[in-house]
Order: sequence, then structure tokens, then C-alpha cells
Amino acid sequence: MSSVVNSERIPNNVNLSGDKKLQRALEAWQPKFIDWWKEMGPEGFMEDQIFLRTAISVDHEGWANFDYVKMPDYRWGIFLADAVPDRKINFGDFIGKPAWQEVPGEFRNTLRRLIVTQGDTEPASVEQQRLLGLTCPSLYDLRNLFQVNVEEGRHLWAMVYLLNSYFGRDGREEAEGLLERRSGNSDKPRILGAFNEPCSHWLSFFMFTYFTDRDGKYQLLALSESGFDPLARTTKFMLTEEAHHMFVGETGVLRIIQRTCQLMKEDKNGDARAQGGIDLATMQKYINFWYTVSLDLFGGEISSNAASFFGSSLKGRAKEESYPDHLALEGTYGMEVPVMGANGTPATFKHEDVPLRNAMNEILRDEYVEDAQRGVDKWNRAIAEAGFSVQLTLPNRRFHRASGIYAGLHFDPAGKPLTKEEWESQKGAWLPVDADEVYVKSLMTAPIYEPGKMAHWIAPPPRGIKGRPLDFEYVKRSE
Amino acid sequence: MEPSTHAAPQAPVRFETQPSSYHHWKLSFDGATARLAMDVSEEHPLRPGYALKLNSYDLGVDIELADIVQRLRFEHPEVKTVVVTGGQPKVFCAGANIYMLGSSTHSFKVNFCKFTNETRLYLEQACSESGQHYLAALNGVASGGGYELALACEEILLSDDGNSAVSFPETPLLAVLPGTGGLTRLVDKRKVRRDLADVFCTLAEGVRGKRAQDWGLVDQSIPKSRFDQTVIARAAALAATSPDKAGPGVKLPPLEVRRHDEGERAGADYRYVSVAINRGTRLAEITMLAPDEDPPSTAAALRQKGAEAWALRAFRELDDVLLDLRFNHPEIGLVLLRTRGDAALVLAHDAALASQQDDWFAREVLLNMRRVLKRLDLTARTLFAMVDAGSCFVGSLFELTIAADRSYMFDGSEGEGDAAFVALSALNFGPLPMSNGLTRLQTRFLGDPSHVAKVQKLEGFLDAPAAMKAGLVTFTPDAMDWEDEVRLAVEERVSLSPDALTGMEANLRFAGPETTETKIFARLSAWQNWIFQRPNAVGERGALTMYGRPERPEFDWRRT
Repeated sequence: MSSVVNSERIPNNVNLSGDKKLQRALEAWQPKFIDWWKEMGPEGFMEDQIFLRTAISVDHEGWANFDYVKMPDYRWGIFLADAVPDRKINFGDFIGKPAWQEVPGEFRNTLRRLIVTQGDTEPASVEQQRLLGLTCPSLYDLRNLFQVNVEEGRHLWAMVYLLNSYFGRDGREEAEGLLERRSGNSDKPRILGAFNEPCSHWLSFFMFTYFTDRDGKYQLLALSESGFDPLARTTKFMLTEEAHHMFVGETGVLRIIQRTCQLMKEDKNGDARAQGGIDLATMQKYINFWYTVSLDLFGGEISSNAASFFGSSLKGRAKEESYPDHLALEGTYGMEVPVMGANGTPATFKHEDVPLRNAMNEILRDEYVEDAQRGVDKWNRAIAEAGFSVQLTLPNRRFHRASGIYAGLHFDPAGKPLTKEEWESQKGAWLPVDADEVYVKSLMTAPIYEPGKMAHWIAPPPRGIKGRPLDFEYVKRSE
Repeated sequence: MEPSTHAAPQAPVRFETQPSSYHHWKLSFDGATARLAMDVSEEHPLRPGYALKLNSYDLGVDIELADIVQRLRFEHPEVKTVVVTGGQPKVFCAGANIYMLGSSTHSFKVNFCKFTNETRLYLEQACSESGQHYLAALNGVASGGGYELALACEEILLSDDGNSAVSFPETPLLAVLPGTGGLTRLVDKRKVRRDLADVFCTLAEGVRGKRAQDWGLVDQSIPKSRFDQTVIARAAALAATSPDKAGPGVKLPPLEVRRHDEGERAGADYRYVSVAINRGTRLAEITMLAPDEDPPSTAAALRQKGAEAWALRAFRELDDVLLDLRFNHPEIGLVLLRTRGDAALVLAHDAALASQQDDWFAREVLLNMRRVLKRLDLTARTLFAMVDAGSCFVGSLFELTIAADRSYMFDGSEGEGDAAFVALSALNFGPLPMSNGLTRLQTRFLGDPSHVAKVQKLEGFLDAPAAMKAGLVTFTPDAMDWEDEVRLAVEERVSLSPDALTGMEANLRFAGPETTETKIFARLSAWQNWIFQRPNAVGERGALTMYGRPERPEFDWRRT
């Protein structure tokens, strides 16, 4: 494996000290990153000691080192998965050619845009979650939040490394831009819609890490196939960390469900809200919201950009090797495309056979939908085990979409077309409304800092972290 | 791609529209400011087969825009600033619809580009001549033709929201050029440094925010939170530079026209203009009639007359005929221009207009006349003027004679048959310049500029020998030769290659200095039309053909 240098300011396995120019660029960027972290990172916990995992190398031992660390002192490093010797490009028009170790000029702008778009999501989610610590349901969850946050920070570093190494001055400017945009600020918003949505309480946080970080997983899977080898190796390593984020989301939602079911049993009317819990109907609304804004992140169903990314061997399919044909020039993807009727309501659907390459976004979305369903099934098993027949569901992918062929049209969660009036009058039953936000937040007014203790609305996890007990002091408060 | 000379019948394109029929634009008024929001309806393309996504446009969208620009001048003299903005989220305008271009014939593409170019120039003329300032408020991505529309505006404000950008992705994405004067306006109008323009034109994603301002691509990049208020303030500031115009606006009613189309023959009859088309001989004859009454004696009376005023109505009708010829009759190669009626009345109307030029409406009538005559100059058909007995090629109508590639004047001075006459008026010496900035007479006599002053002194009606001597007509056959001469000229002309004629005529028509306008059209025909024909764009593996398809384009790398 490649050698790891940990003695320096920036732990890395990319031989940073051997590339003085890059080292200087990154050392110039680092203080700006720290300033950004202090301004936009988790509010109010910068002096605390957090029991965090730090990657110090990419091998099995090195990527999960646990210890107490203050967040601003976290060692954000640059790690690429080990190089595959003589790697060949495995899809698209350049299939069989040696993987690019430098950016091909022809694709420079496209690659830069891909990397910036991915990179922008990393600091964005930290910003979205910066106030959550102040209402944490336990020290265990607080620590998990911070683990997610510092790793999103590391993912930002990974993208900034690529920008600085391979994209010259433009890359450096883009690296600065990543620190200048702000989630939800209309003057300098983050690039993608879901990353400007407020994530203002823990229910949204768990939904976000389950649904939105899962989009990240699939984007990273697709990019880890890239013919541009540094991008492929960087994203491959990021995937190991992303898995933890989705674990936080999946188990977080599961624990709320467990608690809700318990409260339903305790209440004589089966009403979890009456007992201070988050009722399943409300959870369904948040599923509907975060799932659909995450679906949008995959881009248009029929996309010439997607075709060009694939054709140029820049972005493949998730687990490309599992597909039989890596050129994707033959064959089509059948889609039911809405046909507009009167009043902007889709009257019917027409079948369209989309060339495979143009359907790459939808193919990736298919994988995502299937994967997202797995966690929902687990949640439903927990509900069934508690003796209730309610089922949580993923809405039809036409529902509540802001991009692609369904954008601007209205459908109910089953995918049935609605008029604008029908939509307006019913959407409050399907998506969180102000009253839901107020209610959920009312459960989370004060943080729980006592080791081992859980907020009323969530069940404890079955075990602690890295063999530590549940009442371990995962976060040592400084005051 | 090219259809045979007798193309499969398609519904003809019609250029008349009105506000209640707009699909793609939302026009609202607030005092001296009009807000023009582009909100293209995806499902209303001019022809079936493509959807107008992302505020992309086709000819139908541009016909509405042209109508709006025209109506604002005549119907809304109170408007001093027109804010052009995007009516859809995140995108101002994505330019001409690529799938529409990909599925169009070459001649349609050329005429589409020409028409959109004329509309952009009309918009610029409204800024420079009519005191209606167009302000582009880019609240989303303006790419390709979208940015070109902004470039035609007097000022460009760009929202700095991390998304809004200006771009010319044509070269890197489609292997063609921005087709609506964008390249010329970039370096000639906005005077963007050519090296920066070079970078900009190869950067598919375009330029945002402060850099767009630093490079001169936009006038101001404004944070989103202050964007709307800045646009309002700038609109008001621009409006303050325009004087008020007297009286109410003048409504433009639909043109009344009777069309006929049977077999080889087609045609249309308007009040003052008629056209007769013969597909068999590939000949069209346009006849313009003189006014049949005295002109209104004052500017106020002319405004009262409104759209019925001869000089407005007749030239609006001619405009409609020219567009019909360009788009619906591609096989017609030669147009004979004729006039009929009382020449003295034409001169009287010309004189009245010339004396009322201080009034906004009279001025708009003249500006419209100027635009229509330019449209004639830019129509890629051979034009012969037929100055025969009973014609009235005088003053403003004399411009038709010298807009034509040649003129034939009947010499009746020997007393056989009625004589033909031409005469000049004030309108031949200034108010109706060509796109090169010169009058047609100045352009005609480039070799001896003093000759223009000499012909200006020629008073009254000139017969054929006098007109010939003054260099005002090409040939003057007499009664014995007239029919044969004309027949031979027509037969010879229609036998020549239409492509060679288009190129030859365009080269000969625009002598004299270059202007932004002449550059735009010359480069459009020379470069864009060349590239539009080349395999690298439209071949089986060309970039325009492959756009949106799964495969990547392949180029023939040899440069000329």
C-alpha cells in the first residue's frame, strides 16, 4: 500500500511533501477551511472533546482510529484508495484505454463541474446541521452528528485536493468557492436544491442521513468508476465513510419508530403524540419530503449530460462490473413519460424507449430506490414486531419532484396525476406543514448531555461505539 | 436534409400575432416601465416534434417577441424601459432549441437565424432611436441565444446567486456558432477583450458573478437579495433619459389579407400590396400601390390616422409579404417589384412625414419603413424593379428601385406608349439608411460621393433618359425592346444557381463601410451558414446531429 504520512499538518497518502506546489496550495487553503469550520461548523462545541474516528490510512487498521479530539483539531487528511496497477477504463468510449492519471483537456471543464458539484454537498450538509447539537437527544447521537460532520469536512478536503492538484488556477478558485457558498442563503446558495433545505431538527437529520446521504453513496459509486483515476480512487475511499452516515440515519429513524410504537402501546388511544412521541403519520410525511428531494439530486430522467458523462468515460454506473455491456450504445430504457393535458395536468403517459446512455440518471436512481426500500422494510418489521399493522412507504417517484420529466406536474404519493388545485388542497396531508415542524421541534427544545440518557421521543441504541458502553461520555463538554 | 424544390406541404408560417395569442411571453406594465418575462410554453412549438424546454425558443417564440417589440413602439409610447427577464426558475433562456435546429432544413435554419437577428436589431433600434431602453435582468442561466438576446439589450444585469450565468456553449457543445450576432456584439458592442472572449466562447458552462462583470460580459453582477430592487432602480434611471411622447398609442390591428393558393399559383392581396407567385416559373411579383388620398396635414392628424396611414400600412403589408416569401416559398428565385398609382400622392405623403419627424409617431412610421426596406435588402432573392408606365417609383417607393439588384425602366420618350417616371424626395437622402449606415443612393454612388448631391438637385419627375443619365436605373428599353428584354432577363436569372446568386447578391448589395449590423449578417451567412452545412456539425456523426444522443460526435480534423 502507499505510504502514509501522519507527522505533517495534513495527513495523506498522496506524497504531499513530494509535491511542494500542491502542498503550498493546500496549506494556503487550510486556514480558510478552519475559519469556515469555526463559523459554519457545529455551533457551540468547538472546545469539547469528542470521541471521534479519524482516518490515518486507507487500510483496514488505519481508517478507523478512535480517540478524543477537539473538532477544530481534527486531522482532515487526504486519502485515496490504493491504486490498481495498470488500471484500464472499464466503460464508455474510452473503454480499454489506460485510466487517465491526468485530466484530459477535452474533459477538463466537465470533470471540474462534476467534482465541484459533488464537493459542494459536503460543506453544505455541515452547514445544514450546524445547530442540531443544541437539541441533541443523547451524547451518543451528538457524537454521531459530529462524526458525520467531520467526515463531510474530510470529503470536502478530498474534492479540494482534486481541484488543487489537477485543475490549476480555476481549481483553486473553485476550492475557495466551496467555502464561500452557504446553504440556504439565497445570495450564495449551495448548488443543489436538497442542500439548501433547512435541516432544523433531529428527525430531519436522520431522514437526511438516510435518504440524502444515500444519494451521495450512489454518486460516489458512479464516480468511483471514473476513467479519471484520481477521482475514482478518492471517491472509493469516501464510500467507506459514507456508509456510517447512512447507518446513523437508518438506526436513528428505527429508534424513533421503536419509541413511537412503545408510546402507542402505552396510550389508551394508541396516540403517540399524546405521549410526547413522533407519530408514524408525521414520520411518513418526512419520509415523503426527504426521499423526493433526494430523488431530484440524480438529475433528469432523460439527460444528454448523463449520456455525455458516460460516453466520455467520466461517470459510470454504480458497480459497473455487474452490467454485461459497458458501452451502453445498444439497448434502450423504457419510460412512461407524462403527456400534458389541459390545465397543466398530465392527461396520460406515453411510452418512450430512451437510449441507454441518456437514461443513466434513471438507472442510478433505480438502484437508489431499491436500496432505500431496504431500510424502510426494516422499519416496517420493527412496527410489525411491536404489533401494529401500519406500514411506512416510499412515495411513487413522480410525487413532489422539482426536476426531470415530472417537475412542475402534480401527483399523489401513489403516482396518480392531480390538478394543481387538488395538489394544493391535499399536499399538507403528505408533506410536513408548519404545524408539524413546530410540533417536532417542541419535543427537542433542550439538549441531553447526561451520559447514557435518551430524549423521551427516541429509543436507546442496542450498543455503544467501538465497544464502549452506552453511558460512555462520548462528548466531554468543556464547560 | 435539404428538401427538393417542391417541399412536402407544411402549414405555412404566419407572422402576424397579437397579445391575446401569446404563448411564450408575459408582458406587464408599470408606468414608464414594461416587464417582459420569457416563459416559453414547452408544449407550444411552432412545429410538432420537439418540446421547448428550459425557456428555449423557436421561430414561434421569436415571432411573438418581434410583435412585442413592434407593438411597444406603436401602442405604448409611454414605455421608456423594457425589462427583459426570465419567467421560469433558474433559467433565463437556453437559446434556440437544439432539437428544432437539428430537425430543420438548411434554408429554414438560415431564415430563422436571419429573422431572429432582425428582431434583435429592431430591439437595439428601439433603444437608440425610439427612447425605449431594453434592460436585460438575468435571473437565471442565459446560454447561447439567451445571452445573445441579453447582448441586444442596452444593459445587462446578472443575478449573483451561484447559478445564474452567461454562456456561449455553441462551439464546445454543438460545433456551431452563436447565430444571432453574439460573437460580433461581444467584441464590437461590449468590446470584450478578444482573448477573454475566446476563453468565454469555449467554456460551455459559461461565466458567473463577479467574473462576468470583470470581463465585461454583463454590466453588473448583483447579489440575489438586492437584484430586484437594483433592476427597478436601473429601469427608472434609464427611463429618466427618454423624453415623454405626445398623445396615446396607436393600435396595430391585424392586416387584412386575402390569400389564394392553387396549383402553381399562389398569392395574397392586401390593401396596398399584392403578391403573385408562380411556382412553375419560380417568379414572384410584388405590387405596391400609392396612397389614394392626401396625407394628414399635421402630426396629430397622422396619429389620428394611426395604422391606416398609408406609409405605415403599406410597409407593414410589404413586411408580411417578404417574410411569407422567405419562409413559405423557398423555391421562388426572382421577385419583380412593381408599383401603381398616383406618384404625386406618394411624394405628398413623403413630404408630410419628413416635415413631421419631430413627432414620435411620424418618426416611428419612418423607422418602420427603414426596417422593412432593410428586410428587403436582406432577402436572399433576386430583386428586379420594373419601372413601367403607370408605376410610381418615387420618393420612398424609389428606394425599391435601388434596393433591387437591377431596374428596368420603360423608355416612352419617343412617344410610343405612356412614359414611365421616377422622382426623388427627402426620404431618399437620410431617413432610410441601409444597414451599412449609408442611404441607398450613397451606397449606389460610392465611387463618386458628390453625385448624391447632384441628384438631390434634380427636381420633378425624371423620364427614362434623364434617370439613366443620372445613374438611377439600370436599363431603359423602349416599346420595341421592353417585352423581350424583360423576358430574357427573367429567364436568364432563374436559370442560375440559387446558392451562387445568394452569395453574389449579398456581396454586391452591401458595399461601403462595415457596421455591427453588416458584420452580423455577413458573418452569419459566411461562417455560420458554412458551419451549419459542414459534416462536423450536421453530418452523420456531427455534433449537432449527435446532440442529446448517446454517442459522442466525431470530427474531420482537417482545417481549411
